[in-house]
Amino acid sequence: MILVISTCKYKLHELEFVKPVEDVLKETKKPYVIRHYTQLNKNNIDKADKIIICGTSLQDFNYVEKINKFSWINNINKPVLGICAGMQILGLVYNGINKKKTEVGFYKEKFNKNFLNIKENTEIEVYHLHNNYIDFLKLNEFETYCKSNGIAQAVKHKQKPLFGVLFHPEVRNKEIILNFVR
Amino acid sequence: MKLGLLFSGGKDSTYAAYLAKKKKHKISCLISIHSENKDSYMFHTPSISQTLKQSQAMDIPIIIQKTTGKKESELKDLEKAIKKAKQDYNIEGIVTGAVASVYQATRIQKICNSMKLECFNPLWQKNQFELLEDLIKNKFQVVLTGVFAYPLNEKWMGRKIDNLFISDIKKLNEKYKINPAGEGGEFETLVINCPLFKKPLKIIGKKVWSDDNGKSWRMEAILR
Repeated sequence: MILVISTCKYKLHELEFVKPVEDVLKETKKPYVIRHYTQLNKNNIDKADKIIICGTSLQDFNYVEKINKFSWINNINKPVLGICAGMQILGLVYNGINKKKTEVGFYKEKFNKNFLNIKENTEIEVYHLHNNYIDFLKLNEFETYCKSNGIAQAVKHKQKPLFGVLFHPEVRNKEIILNFVR
Repeated sequence: MKLGLLFSGGKDSTYAAYLAKKKKHKISCLISIHSENKDSYMFHTPSISQTLKQSQAMDIPIIIQKTTGKKESELKDLEKAIKKAKQDYNIEGIVTGAVASVYQATRIQKICNSMKLECFNPLWQKNQFELLEDLIKNKFQVVLTGVFAYPLNEKWMGRKIDNLFISDIKKLNEKYKINPAGEGGEFETLVINCPLFKKPLKIIGKKVWSDDNGKSWRMEAILR
């Protein structure tokens, strides 16, 4: 079972940030369940084989105010993929510093190491939609797999299967979600 | 939340408004950009002049902003219209019918972000056949008002989006890679009735023409 977590303040935004991820999962025919982060319970997390934390809109920072709702991440050893806000949540749980940088639209990003089947030295066009990022370069627990302008764009925890991407793979880079799920 | 709808009169923006209303948001105003440039990447609907009639049918006020349609000025004109919507109707966000165009979505996201407005794109990345099926399921009456790709021709002008349309467009998608929702600019649409309308609109007259010896066709519908 894959647990898909919505971080959206407004339900209408779930059509934009959760449904495209759900559509990718439908392709895999793997069972999944969608829960809002404020309504998660221990049972949801225990039953999940893998977890995807979706992104949200540029103006939505509600999840930052309620970061204690994600304290379960500290104790988890299951694969987690954090997308944009989801990646920022991973960093915040590990006491990363939240910084401002707006990136919107297509950007080219180069991976310096293999990341979820994206080969080392591969450059891909990714869709960014964020006002903030977490300074993962200063978080010792995480390794950076892709960075640009001093900002980590893809990270993985050194000991645990916790993955984060600052861009939105549900737009044009669905293979990243598929590789994570498979 | 009070929202402004970026409204072209076509299926995507109207269906986006329907979804916003279903999630209990209020569409406080429509924002319609009328471009003089028929090849604009941002705003390009042959029956855009009918948006006023559609707004009356929905009983929602409309802001109509004219633009020359030049690349930079049309964005400034869009920004101007959104600012007016914020001032006059106290909107807290914008709804768009963006499906796959990163070009359009990026520019609208940036404008909304600079004004601290939420930007809702409820059709974003939606499967194009699913979108057409949803329109039929939710009783949207939509007609084609422009075709811009071979082998679509004047016979498609005024054609309704129904199950037969979906079946035909599926064949064209397989053979000619025609995007089923017209997202690649293959066709443009006009909504004449949907659950948001207080009264249906009727096409009482139409003008069909081609500016390029039949490579593309446009239809100006006159509504009542």
